[in-house]
Amino acid sequence: MEFKNPQEELERFRSRLAVAGGFVLVCFTLLFVRFVWLQIVQHDYYQTRAEDNRISLVPIVPNRGLILDRNGVVLARNYSAYTLEITPSKARDLEQIIDGLAGIIDIQPKDRKRFKKLLEESRNFESLPIRTRLTDEEVAKFIAHRYRFPGVDIKARLFRQYPGGAFASHMLGYIGRVNDRDLDKIEEKEQDANYRGTEHFGKTGLEQHYEFDLHGGTGFEQVEVDAGGRAVRTLSRTAPVAGNNLTLTVDAELQRIAEQAFGDRKGALVAIEPATGGILALVAVPNYDPNLFVDGIDTQNWKELNESPDKPMVNRALNGAYPPGSTFKPFMALGALTLGKRRPEQQISDPGFFNFGGHRFRDDKKGGHGMVDMYKSIVHSCDTYYYMLANDMGIDNISSFMGRLGLGSRTGIDIDGESEGVLPSPEWKKKRFKKPEQQKWYAGETISIGIGQGYNAYTPIQLAHATAIVANNGVVFRPHLVKFITDTRTGKRTEIEPKPTRDLGLKQEHVEVIRNAMVGVNKEGTGARAFAGAEYVSAGKTGTAQVYSLKGAEYKEGGVKKELRDHALFIAFAPADAPKIALAVLVENGGFGAQAAAPIARQVFDYYLLGKRPKAPAPVDEAAVEEDEE
Amino acid sequence: MNPGLGLGMIRNLVQRLIAPLDVPLMVIAGLLLLLAIGIMGSASPERLNAQLLNVAVALVVMRIMAQVPPQRLMHLAVPVYLVGLLLLIAVALFGDVSKGARRWLNLGFMRAQPSELMKIAMPLLLAWFFQKREAMPRLRDYGIAAVLLLLPVALIARQPDLGTAILVLAAGFYVIFFAGLSWKILVGMVVAAAAAAPLAWNLLHDYQRNRIITLFDPEKDPLGKGFHIIQSTIAIGSGGILGKGWRAGTQAQLEFIPERHTDFIFAVFSEEFGLLGNLVLLSLYAMLIGRGLMIAANAATLFSRLLAGAVTMIFFTYAFVNMGMVSGILPVVGVPLPLVSYGGTALVTLFLGIGILMSIHGNRMLVQK
Repeated sequence: MEFKNPQEELERFRSRLAVAGGFVLVCFTLLFVRFVWLQIVQHDYYQTRAEDNRISLVPIVPNRGLILDRNGVVLARNYSAYTLEITPSKARDLEQIIDGLAGIIDIQPKDRKRFKKLLEESRNFESLPIRTRLTDEEVAKFIAHRYRFPGVDIKARLFRQYPGGAFASHMLGYIGRVNDRDLDKIEEKEQDANYRGTEHFGKTGLEQHYEFDLHGGTGFEQVEVDAGGRAVRTLSRTAPVAGNNLTLTVDAELQRIAEQAFGDRKGALVAIEPATGGILALVAVPNYDPNLFVDGIDTQNWKELNESPDKPMVNRALNGAYPPGSTFKPFMALGALTLGKRRPEQQISDPGFFNFGGHRFRDDKKGGHGMVDMYKSIVHSCDTYYYMLANDMGIDNISSFMGRLGLGSRTGIDIDGESEGVLPSPEWKKKRFKKPEQQKWYAGETISIGIGQGYNAYTPIQLAHATAIVANNGVVFRPHLVKFITDTRTGKRTEIEPKPTRDLGLKQEHVEVIRNAMVGVNKEGTGARAFAGAEYVSAGKTGTAQVYSLKGAEYKEGGVKKELRDHALFIAFAPADAPKIALAVLVENGGFGAQAAAPIARQVFDYYLLGKRPKAPAPVDEAAVEEDEE
Repeated sequence: MNPGLGLGMIRNLVQRLIAPLDVPLMVIAGLLLLLAIGIMGSASPERLNAQLLNVAVALVVMRIMAQVPPQRLMHLAVPVYLVGLLLLIAVALFGDVSKGARRWLNLGFMRAQPSELMKIAMPLLLAWFFQKREAMPRLRDYGIAAVLLLLPVALIARQPDLGTAILVLAAGFYVIFFAGLSWKILVGMVVAAAAAAPLAWNLLHDYQRNRIITLFDPEKDPLGKGFHIIQSTIAIGSGGILGKGWRAGTQAQLEFIPERHTDFIFAVFSEEFGLLGNLVLLSLYAMLIGRGLMIAANAATLFSRLLAGAVTMIFFTYAFVNMGMVSGILPVVGVPLPLVSYGGTALVTLFLGIGILMSIHGNRMLVQK
């Protein structure tokens, strides 16, 4: 102890303190340099990152345009409802979260299944509904527990609603959640930006065809979000622009009456305004409830719809191809006149059959119709007349004339996925079959083409279209459902111009012959019973399409199963001298056209021309059998 | 009663109350506290009252410590250290686990965190130890000091509580450094540590290595541990020179900054008050440390000097490690911003330290007389 030098000791200690002080200064300077780096040099970068953190651009999905009938009746609209949505990228353990939610809000196994399906199909970072249409009470319950569920939120969404339920479903179509195929379409149209936030897309019908008109312009909202991704406040907002409204040429009441006229039968009806091509009614029954598809259809309903033997998902008016049967005859007759193959007064003798190439083509009436001119051939539906005519015209003439009437090609209606049907011709056969012996056209095949059988297969809309062309003296209009599109912001209407697409150049006197004969059908022929007492003059033609080959045996209704019974057809227009409506009716397995199809046409005409409402679905006129044809 | 007399009594009382307090130290600490209360009002206003209570308790502790003479402290050094060590051993054996670490000891009536005690007990003991060997300490003495230091540090690091272990290690090291450990040995230790690093790296598990990698490169794990440091760096950087203003920091108010009332409160401060605010804060800490070092320089005994120097440097360690980690130049370890972060324990410990400094300052003349 005595050796210690306190002063030296203190100096030494103080030098150490100085070192420590220096170290502190160096370290603090280092920190300060770091702060300068972050807050001055890199400030802009971090400023941007902070803003990116804070500001989220939220798309505001526009109101989808309404679909209205020609009188303003709403066929498709929107309503607002709360949904409970999970953003999978922000949620940690989905299963656990859903279990937790189920403790507060009713979540069914089908909700979980649907969510899982959506999750598989989803794009990144979008929020997916686990429950839709929450009640106010459920909304309140969730909000009270919201803190427990990061990445889960309530959203107000617009839902599509079809107030008529299954009414006109094949025409309206439906919307469903956007899938990859829809995304391709959006990209093709360069609408990517406008579809940010859009979750639904037209899948069929008008909803599909007019998707980009109905959608509208997406708005954007700049919101401040917290670290949990929840919006704290709105910074700026660009309002969305609602989609355009579609006003249809369709008369909803007429459509309803036409649908109801079918009762529980299957079939199709297309009614067209001949002078414009505007469709007045487009029926395909059975139909389905498009509301089921809006927030994702569940597997059970989907299965039922798809596996039903009645095939309610098939739009029979556009996608069902049927032999036209005797409804083909007026078109054949018009072709013969136009091509100079027959004169109206020219008569043939009908023994009840026509022999060709060692085969006997039989008339329905035993012993034949006797002497038959063109008028009588249509009014009484004489097969022999048309066997001979087909033979005289030849298949090339027939197919080229029928092609001009639009048979066997898409009519261009504003619904996607229309079928072509089959307009038989040697060229068609070559394409259709692979083996050389099948590719050859046999002259005998032409004979049955003449009465609308054989390979002939047309969609109901094609038949209605052809009928409308005849009713309109050969001036062709594209069949269309939308009359005009309304810009909801400016109120400006864009008319779908009723411009003729082509004029067949038919001679007025030829058309008059056919018109006259078709008037005769409804006055004294196969349509007379259905149109008895009508207060207007109508023109029509019945038809029956074979489903089942009888191989020469006589067709007896009771002897064949329902699904093998013939299809009933009817084409008509009225009033005959200045047609306001032309239509084609098909009743699947309905039997004779006069029995099942003509009475439906009568109800439609009665309403459209006279405002008369039927009291019940169109009757099946069993007695019409005796008088019928073929 | 004569009102003048009453006033006089009050003045007398106040004078007696503040007499042992060092005015510069009190002013600096007071400014830091004001700043802390302000930023708490932005980062977590709902905790403001609780923190004010913590401050009151801490000030009382400071006032008491300011009156305890250094000689008394010297007598306490060994018992306090032994109690702390025993408690640490008890924690290791019977402690409660919270957030994956065994730090708390349930004493029945209260839960204690003995590692906190060690932050003061450590320099106290080592200062006592070197006082006892007031002659030129020999190398052997430094060896003993190292053992006394590393024993509790190892126990704390094992809990695991890396932040506290570093603070205790640093506190002890400062005493040894101020006691005059030769530069040769200091340099040698640094070289040895650098050489041992790769060896230690090889001994680590993969997950431990990943954790260390993340500490140094947060962008590699932006959603996990790295998220904290990325968000706090964004907060500081976006604050700019003048800051976004009180309660106007988006990173803070929208809760992007994690732990924003405790370890990451500096990010809130820096976002809202900018580089200028940082400069003020750094200056206050520098002044606090400067005053502490001055007190150490003028202290009466070796014990007082060593203790004052080490306690002062504890403040530096807290401040530097915290600001360094929040601004992304040091790995993330749980060290609060001294006098500012929310929490009573650290605040009491720090004011206890300030109290000790004041006591040492108040007793500087005793021996010189």
